[in-house]
Amino acid sequence: MESILQFIGENMEMVYFLILAILLGVEVISNVPAILHTPLMSGANAIHGVVVVGAIIVMLQASPDNYLALGVGFLAVIVGTLNVIGGFVVTDRMLEMFKKKPKKS
Amino acid sequence: MIQLTFLEIAYLIASLTFIIGLKMLSHPDSARKGNLVAAAGMLLAIVVTLTLYQDFDSSKLLNYGLIFGGLVVGSVIGTIMAKRVQMTAMPQMVSFFNGMGGACAALIAIIEFQHHQHSTVTGFDGELLVMLLGLLIGSVSFSGSLIAYGKLEGKIKDKVLPFNQVINMSMLLAIIVLIVYQMVAGSSPLVFYGILVIALVYGVLFVMPIGGADMPVVISLLNSFTGMAAAFGGFLYGNKAMLTGGILVGSAGTILTILMCNAMNRSLTNVLLGAFGGGATGAAKTGSGDQTVREISISDTAVLLSYSQNVVIVPGYGLAVAQAQHICHELEKLLEEKGVEVNYAIHPVAGRMPGHMNVLLAEADVPYERMQEMEEINDKFTNTDVVVVIGANDVVNPAAKNDPSSPIYGMPILEVEQAKNVIIMKRGMAAGYAGIENELFFYPKTKMLFGDAKATLQKLTAEVKEI
Repeated sequence: MESILQFIGENMEMVYFLILAILLGVEVISNVPAILHTPLMSGANAIHGVVVVGAIIVMLQASPDNYLALGVGFLAVIVGTLNVIGGFVVTDRMLEMFKKKPKKS
Repeated sequence: MIQLTFLEIAYLIASLTFIIGLKMLSHPDSARKGNLVAAAGMLLAIVVTLTLYQDFDSSKLLNYGLIFGGLVVGSVIGTIMAKRVQMTAMPQMVSFFNGMGGACAALIAIIEFQHHQHSTVTGFDGELLVMLLGLLIGSVSFSGSLIAYGKLEGKIKDKVLPFNQVINMSMLLAIIVLIVYQMVAGSSPLVFYGILVIALVYGVLFVMPIGGADMPVVISLLNSFTGMAAAFGGFLYGNKAMLTGGILVGSAGTILTILMCNAMNRSLTNVLLGAFGGGATGAAKTGSGDQTVREISISDTAVLLSYSQNVVIVPGYGLAVAQAQHICHELEKLLEEKGVEVNYAIHPVAGRMPGHMNVLLAEADVPYERMQEMEEINDKFTNTDVVVVIGANDVVNPAAKNDPSSPIYGMPILEVEQAKNVIIMKRGMAAGYAGIENELFFYPKTKMLFGDAKATLQKLTAEVKEI
């Protein structure tokens, strides 16, 4: 129990960060018109593709003879990039269609 | 040192673009720019990681070849898939990309676990816990998203195992026990991979029984799962960009999921446990056999439409599947020229996801102001001469209002039965996506126009031109 508290204490900055970011996410999203739910979900989907940065870090740290890490990391970079690129491109395609509307809802 | 400060500043900027991008995405006017802003931030985060990232001991960082290879392969495949996909198949595409993000998070956890085995932490091992959670949520999101993808593609059928909920609950319990065990007894590869396997199976069984109309909710939920998994990865590396991006999507995704549930007037638990539309509880009463429907011919429809004051079109997924949105827009223009006022009534969950139908109609150049949301248009139906329902079913089913035994009871619907005439364009008498009968079809004012939506609309447009 003590060590759990110690872990939280050491990462207090992160805990703050976590809570504020959660509240921010809730705040940013509320009041979205229903017509934007799909593009918004798709855009959010692309943003969590930031996990690819983790995959890159893994690869940067892996020693060149650790084939398991290299193989798995390589795969991680590919799927992560798929998430990012595919997500943003799909979202852009969806939103492209909204551009001609003359006035807001 | 300076290099690291630059790195941190760049991550800060990337985090800001995610927040601003998401904010802009939630307004129609700025949505497209918002997407590009977030994408630019993502590019920045990736580039600075490649160029500025340093290990604690500033040791050699390697494998650039492989990293670039992975980035190129991922980009090329991702772009091709995203460019080629039909607008109707958008929901499953999002689900697929989401699954890839989940897989990425799980793979990172696997590699980090390999490294972690050499460490000798005593007491509470927070890092291990974060890894385990990243692994768990990432894998559930991966396998769940792929099942959701397969279901929407029609490749996987809804399936409810006997005691499905019991199995799911016990698996969840097993995972928790294994995680606690691992936290107490120290890391063991066997337990770690055990959790991986159970999590993957859990993802499959979690989505499997959920069917029909509820799939968008599940995709949105899995989307926020992947966000959380990404945030755990960010925690592991103390990476602020990953943390912000992940948490933001995690919480925003959860809210979005709840908003979608609200649009269908159902609770999240109900969606997840109800197995609605999967055939388990959806066995609502079938229409009594003596009821008959009235058919209408294409030329009669053309006359009726041409001499109406105002017409409301209710598009559904059937319109999208038949790729009939363009011809539908043509018919609308033609009627406008004849002085008929034409509007579209968009149910919040028309199509397969909220807002999906708006995207499809916008693709066909239907003006934004013609698309009316449910609350606006419901008051106007009493003054509407003709409602044309094209390939929609459950969203106009009056049972949602007046049959408490119906599985969709309580869902807000488009009250088309208040209009003077209702024309239903449909392929046949099959039930809608939720698998239930629609009494509207048997109302005296309802006429059926059977056939493929696109072919029928083409003939109808030709007829209207003649008049």
